[in-house]
This record gives sequence, structure tokens and C-alpha cells, in this order.
Amino acid sequence: MQNFPSLNTNTDTNLQSELSTLNLGPTHPATHGVFQNVLQMDGERIVSGVSTIGYIHRAFEKIAEHRPFYQITPLTDRLNYCSAPINNMGWHMTVEKLLGISTPKRVDYLRVIMMELARIADHIICNGVLGVDTGAFTGFLYMMEYREAIYEIYEEVCGSRLTTNVGRLGGFERNFNDIAFAKIRKFLADFPKVLHEFESLFNRNRIFIDRTRGVAPVTQEAALDYSWSGPILRATGVDYDVRAMNPYCSYEDFDFEVPVGTTGDVYDRFLVRNEEMKQSMRMIQQALDKIEKEDPNIFHADVPEFYLPPKEEVYNNMEALIYHFKIVMGEIPTPVGEVYHSVEGANGELGFYLVNDGGRSPYRLHFRRPSFINYSMYADMSRGMMLSDAIINMSSLNVIAGELDA
Amino acid sequence: MGALNNEILQQQVTGKFGELVTFTGEPYGLLTAETTRENIIDVLTYLKQDSSLQFIYLTDITAIHYPEQENAIGVIYHLHSLVHNVRIRVKVYLPANDVRIPTATVLWNGANWMERETYDFFGVDFEGHPNLVRILNVDDMTVFPMRKEYPLEDPNRVDKKDFYFGR
Repeated sequence: MQNFPSLNTNTDTNLQSELSTLNLGPTHPATHGVFQNVLQMDGERIVSGVSTIGYIHRAFEKIAEHRPFYQITPLTDRLNYCSAPINNMGWHMTVEKLLGISTPKRVDYLRVIMMELARIADHIICNGVLGVDTGAFTGFLYMMEYREAIYEIYEEVCGSRLTTNVGRLGGFERNFNDIAFAKIRKFLADFPKVLHEFESLFNRNRIFIDRTRGVAPVTQEAALDYSWSGPILRATGVDYDVRAMNPYCSYEDFDFEVPVGTTGDVYDRFLVRNEEMKQSMRMIQQALDKIEKEDPNIFHADVPEFYLPPKEEVYNNMEALIYHFKIVMGEIPTPVGEVYHSVEGANGELGFYLVNDGGRSPYRLHFRRPSFINYSMYADMSRGMMLSDAIINMSSLNVIAGELDA
Repeated sequence: MGALNNEILQQQVTGKFGELVTFTGEPYGLLTAETTRENIIDVLTYLKQDSSLQFIYLTDITAIHYPEQENAIGVIYHLHSLVHNVRIRVKVYLPANDVRIPTATVLWNGANWMERETYDFFGVDFEGHPNLVRILNVDDMTVFPMRKEYPLEDPNRVDKKDFYFGR
């Protein structure tokens, strides 16, 4: 068990010494989100801290109890808004699991493409900002251009960029068009070079290494004790990845590696995220190859009771009109039961605990939000740390305020 | 190490605790057990520390409210044995006028914020918790908003309507 240093750093007998209070946040450029830490400082060193969160709490769990299943997707967008498609897909898969819908392979592969693009976008931000916080702006600018490329792919697929609301129960609202595939291929061709450039700016950069290596190291035991998940858990050396351990969405068909670190410090987290981006690109490439062998017209499961029909059919086709009405009015019975489904979000295990009583909206829906759980260690691990180290430690945890507060 | 599955897990827990733990099925493959607040820490400790089970990972703690039931508030633990890749769900139901349960922070530090969140929304009193205060809602809130008796705000109310900006 890792022992965090105790509060008492005032060992000298100087009667004049006293601590100063520092409010880090709620809106501070270095926190990258709306949350606050009240720190007791002894000079540059943090003696103790209290994390205060909840500044953008929007009561999603309560709202979800009053919304039909398909209207909860936009709420999930706003959890981790840096990788909204993963949340959307995770929610769709949870409901599909409840309803017993199995999706065609092509849908799974298209979803994998979207989710892995989202993971890359999320890691681009996290690692880019980590560079900014250590004083290197260039890498961030190089990489940001490719987040834009990913957002253009989202736009082509679903029409929106940040809060995507992509997909429906059973599949996608429309098929991927040729432009989307062309943009994905272009991204796969261009991004590795940039990522390589980014890595060559940082990985063996003396300043960056001095700033990050050995900062905030976390042991495997402490990480598991605090229920960490995602890249920061893997940076400690625990190879827990939901995609590998409990494959969903046909991840078992893919050949990928789970990168792990050794010391769990900021540098390892950075390396793990970079490596994950490469693995994500491998998976996207494999998904594109696999899709070639599937029927190009399939983009959703054949479940008319739950999949909203296209608008032109609603106006011209009796059956579609009936289903449209029943779906919107929530008149289709759903099975009574409880489901826990988790996906590997960009920050870790994103879980949906759904209890259904057969009505049109969940009886209870709980989000297991990785940022919330990962962040709970922050005040403890900051004890005894220099303020500037605590800042880059926060960056490397990639705390997203939307996911923190729900 | 022998493979662990739901059947063996159920046998082992029943062998250890007998009638103190009841199994209510395995919805969607996730074995679900129910116990009482007197036994919950023993059950969690056994699940975590037994060398053949090793549920070392606390996935989640949350709660649910059934106002119709005698024991209205359910506290729900999700555990994961990373060694065997088996999950289990453990539930404890508590009466609404006496919502006390011992804290799981003695086993996992990660339970700290999960229990604070559960307290914040359902008013579950985790006894022995080091810092059981509200976490997402404002400190001076007096109710536990995820309980079913608190409705969502009426979307049609007009008293908050602004002349220029609407709601």
C-alpha cells in the first residue's frame, strides 16, 4: 500500500511559519474545467488540499428517469464531451443488452471506427494539453489540427461535431457515405506522421522528461484501491482494459495490444496514451478492412419496434408511421430487469447501471463515470507535492468536468 | 488456479455465509446477491480477500429507491475480480427511516467518493465514513433529490420565465 506523505511539513521550530490558502479554481486556466481545489500551501509545497466539485452538476440521472431511452443519448454526450461517441455507443449498447438486440457485424465495425476516433481525439487533447502545461505549445498546435479532422469525420457521419448524439438503438441513423470513408482513410494516412513528430518533440526531450518523470507516481495497489481505470491505471502496470477483458461491440475480432507502463507517473501516462492512439489507428484500419467484406447497405439492426424509421417512410408508409408513433409515445413494452454494461471510455471504465421497470424511461440509471472515480485520489496524492507538479498531474489525469459532475 | 464462474462463486459464498446471503439470479450474466447491513462488510471482505475469489476491484457503489417497499432504499455494490474476470453485484435494502450501513472505505479508498455521492442523492448514512458530506449538490441542501418523492421541476412553470431570454 502506498503511503502518501503526512500533513506535517513544518518541521522547523520557526514560530513565524504559517500556511497560506490557495484557491485553485473553480475557473482557472490550469484546471481545464470547472472544479476547485482549496490548497494549504507551505511556500511552493502543498500541505493539504480539499477537492470541491459539482459546479456543473446537471442532475442527468434524475432527468434520465423522465426521458424515453432514445432521448437519453444527448445526455450522455455531455458527460465526457471530448469523446462523446464512446458515451453514445455505450448507452446504445446498454439498452440493446436490456432489449436483447444483436447488431450486425458491419454496425459493430462502424461503431468501433467511431469509438476509436473518439479515443484518439480525447488523447490528442490530453497529451497536447499536458505539453502546454509543461511549457511546450508547439505539439498541441500540431495535434489540434487532427482533432479537427476527426470532428469533420463526425460531421460527415452524424452532422454535429462536439456533442455528437450519434447512432440510434440498433445502429446508425444513416449509412456512412463515401466522403466519410475517404476522410477516415485520409486521417489514417496523415495522422501517424504527425503523431511521430509529436512524440519526437516530447518523448526524449530533456525538459519534458525532467518535468514529468517521477512526478506523482502511483503504485498498482493504490490505483486499484482507488478504483482507477483507463490509461492512468494501465500506466501503473495493470493491464485492465474493458475492450480486452469484457469485449463488447465485436472487439474480440480485433488484433490490438494493451499498452502498460511501469511506474504510473505522469511520463508513463503520457506514453501509454500515445501508444493507445497507435493501437486505435490499427483497429480503425482493421475495421475498414473488415467492412469491405460486409454488405455495404447494412447500417442498423432489423428492429422496427425500437429503431426510428426514416422520415420519408413515416409520411408514406403505414407501418413506419405506426412504429414512429409507438416509439415516440413510448408504447412499446420493454423487459423488466437490470443491466450493468461498461465500455472502455477514453478515461476508463464507463459503466451504465440501468434498472428498468418496463416503462418508457429507466426506473433508475446510474453512470459510473471514470473521471469522478479517478479524481477522488487527487487531494491525497497532491499532499507534499510542488504546486507546479500538481498542475501537470491534474492534466495527466484528464479530468473532464462534465464527466466529473454528471 | 481454477477458473471461477458464477456457479462456483455462488457455491463458495453460500458455503461461507449460508442463509445470510441470498442469490436473486444472474440478470444478463451478472450474479446478484442480497444481504443485510449487519453482514455486508463481512461479505465484501470475504469477496475481496479470499484467495480463490479476489474481488479486488470496487467498480461502483450506488443506490436505488423503491418507495412502495418496506425496505425502500437499496444500496448496490458492483465488484470485479480482475484475476478471474468475474463480476458480482451485492445489494442491501434498508428501511427509509433508518438508512444506515457501515462504510466500505475500510476496504477500498475508492469507496470514499462513491459513498459521498450516494449519501448526497439518497441520504444513505455510511457509518464510519471519514468525511460524509455532500459532494455534487450545494452544502445547504436539505433533501436527497434522487429519492422518488422529489419530482423534476415542472417544465411548464411560468414564474421563472424571463421576458427576453425565456427559460
